[in-house]
Amino acid sequence: MNNFWFGIFPYIALSIFVVGHIWRYRHDKFGWGTHTSQLLEHRWLGLGSPLLHLGVLLVVLGHGLGLLIPASWTEAIGLSESAYHVLAVASGTVAGLLLAAGLVILVLRRVVFRARLRLVTSRSDYVLFPLLVLAVGFGLGATLAWNVFGAGFDYRETMSVWFRSVFVGAPQIELMAAVPWAYQVHAISGFLVFAVWPFTRLVHVWSIPLEYFVRPFVVYRRKRLPATVSSHE
Amino acid sequence: MKILAQVAMVMNLDKCIGCNTCSVTCKQTWTNRDGIEYAWFNNVESKPGIGFPKAWEDQSQWRGGWKLDAHGRLTLVAGSKLGRFLGLPAPRHLPGLEDYGEPTTYDWDTLLSAPAGTDMPVARPLDALSGQPRPITWGVNWEDSLAGSPQFANLDPNLRAISQQVSEAIDQTFLFHLPRICNHCLNPACVASCPSGAMFKRQADGIVLVDQNACRGWRLCVKGCPYKKTYINHRSGKAEKCTFCFPRIEEGLPTVCAETCSGRMRYIGLVLYDLDRVEAAASIRDPKQLLAAQRLVFADPNDPEVVANALANGVAEDWLEAARRSPVWALINRFQVALPLHPEFRTLPMVWYIPPLSPVLDATAAFGGDNTEADDVARTVAQLRIPMEYLAQLFTGGDVSAVAGVLMKLSAMRTHMRNVTVKHEVDEPLLAAVKTTAADLEALYRLLAIAKPADRFVIPLAHNEDARRLAGWQSGCALDQAGGPGMSHRPTMAVSS
Ligand code: SF4
Ligand code: SF4
Repeated sequence: MNNFWFGIFPYIALSIFVVGHIWRYRHDKFGWGTHTSQLLEHRWLGLGSPLLHLGVLLVVLGHGLGLLIPASWTEAIGLSESAYHVLAVASGTVAGLLLAAGLVILVLRRVVFRARLRLVTSRSDYVLFPLLVLAVGFGLGATLAWNVFGAGFDYRETMSVWFRSVFVGAPQIELMAAVPWAYQVHAISGFLVFAVWPFTRLVHVWSIPLEYFVRPFVVYRRKRLPATVSSHE
Repeated sequence: MKILAQVAMVMNLDKCIGCNTCSVTCKQTWTNRDGIEYAWFNNVESKPGIGFPKAWEDQSQWRGGWKLDAHGRLTLVAGSKLGRFLGLPAPRHLPGLEDYGEPTTYDWDTLLSAPAGTDMPVARPLDALSGQPRPITWGVNWEDSLAGSPQFANLDPNLRAISQQVSEAIDQTFLFHLPRICNHCLNPACVASCPSGAMFKRQADGIVLVDQNACRGWRLCVKGCPYKKTYINHRSGKAEKCTFCFPRIEEGLPTVCAETCSGRMRYIGLVLYDLDRVEAAASIRDPKQLLAAQRLVFADPNDPEVVANALANGVAEDWLEAARRSPVWALINRFQVALPLHPEFRTLPMVWYIPPLSPVLDATAAFGGDNTEADDVARTVAQLRIPMEYLAQLFTGGDVSAVAGVLMKLSAMRTHMRNVTVKHEVDEPLLAAVKTTAADLEALYRLLAIAKPADRFVIPLAHNEDARRLAGWQSGCALDQAGGPGMSHRPTMAVSS
């Protein structure tokens, strides 16, 4: 079991992630976007969406730190293991709660206003929303159960090392055996999200409009590319 | 100097009868699809009134258009780039369906399935999205011809700006119709707002479009446009707007709204403009100076320097010829009777309006005046039913004298034509009073009263060699894809994967 879920499945998920994106971008530019439903319901969205996005931003940053930066590095800059642990668990819990609150509001919104929103809730949403609930729920739940109220679990010596090992092509599956089951489910559901990503509205993440900050205000297009002349900044 | 060409429109409000033929034919052509059913690329409002969507002119509520910052530089009313970027998860100040009018259908089935009886069965209104019964309380043109004016008329942002109340008494109030489409602005706030760069202005003819393949549904264009003329398709989650019927324009045909206008009040033609003057003209601080500044952005197609520059920028000879014959150029710059809608939004709209004059002649008679006298022309326009201050709010950034000038010229044109047809004489003091010539007034008369389609619509063909490519890079054929804007019958569920 562990061999599959922690040795093979991550590669399946990542392959789908990469190939799926290429396929989607080439074949469905029209469907590539946020699929906003703000016009149909804007009050709950106005609360839930900012919470969710802020939460995601913080959680992604936290995962980046926790998963990608080895414990030895943080110690090298003088941050003791226990201090790191307190910081990470505290900020992670806050971020996770923001994210969970936003997600709950947005999921409830789809239920409460289903008479209207079912029109814009696609099949991919029916897959994506439960998966997100699963991943966020187990991530937050595991943190609360083991690290806030429980005896503590040092994921940086096990999960993080395994996660990095996946990306260098030599997954250290044995490290995951000692990981509490809730963290295991969290890891698997996380890779599931990667697997469905290209087929959902999540693709809008890759369209974060950073170029807006450097381009001129008014865009002109003409017949022969290059397409832009600027009227003013 | 960088001279480019723009397809522009003038609407003669005196001839609009408020029939909404334009709205209906536009809807049949462009927006009779699920998701965009609530939108009206062309709508006709009754003034005074709050319009569509509700109170769209009130930028303290909707935050559309441009303003000048402390250093006199143009910025979007909607806020800084960073502020709007951070607000992307749920932009504020966006109209909801309740501001446009909820999509509605009717319980038609009842009409057919009701058992035989003595009462006429009634088809009740249903929310088209949920299928639930819902009474209709607002929609486009809800205030048609002052309907509900006790409730709405005094909420008109233009009236509030001049702190004037309109009388509810029907014989004391005023009414005119204001048809609105996207203005295909020279300084489009929608384009400037679009984070994805999906909105653009076509360099060849100035038409402003949304690239459906590049739009990501951030909806900031809706907020940015002070005229509220971009709309989110709530099925596809992408922005759509008036296209100035570009497939027709490229073939030399007028837009659908203009072609079908029963009042024949629309004019379409080219104007040449100087791209290098756009920013400066939009940045004049005093709103009352904006009209003059915006007029100066247009370039004279008879000026050899302008022609040479235009040719160098790829404007073709036949387009320059069309620009010289353009009724729009004539009405805006030669006769100076057309005015931009809300120049103080600073987008430099390319749909201009000839303000309504009609009640004036009756009013003069009522005051016992003789409107064939030069002095009376000036007195008359001051006694219009429609307060000039009101028209000034709409068309000149508050400059009443500019409105008065236009109304006097229109009034003088009528007087002059009566003089020459009835009395066979020319009243020179009258011509002097409005600083024009008999030939000019007669040309204006022909353009406003007689002009045939060939005179009202002077539209050069898009260069054929370019047409294929124009279509190609615009957006591809949306009909090709499930959920594309061309698909009217879609599965209930949006397929985004
Ligand atoms: S009216 Fe002007 S700002 Fe509004 S959508 Fe049209 S071009 Fe853009
Ligand atoms: S069709 Fe012409 S006359 Fe009728 S409402 Fe439209 S613009 Fe006015």
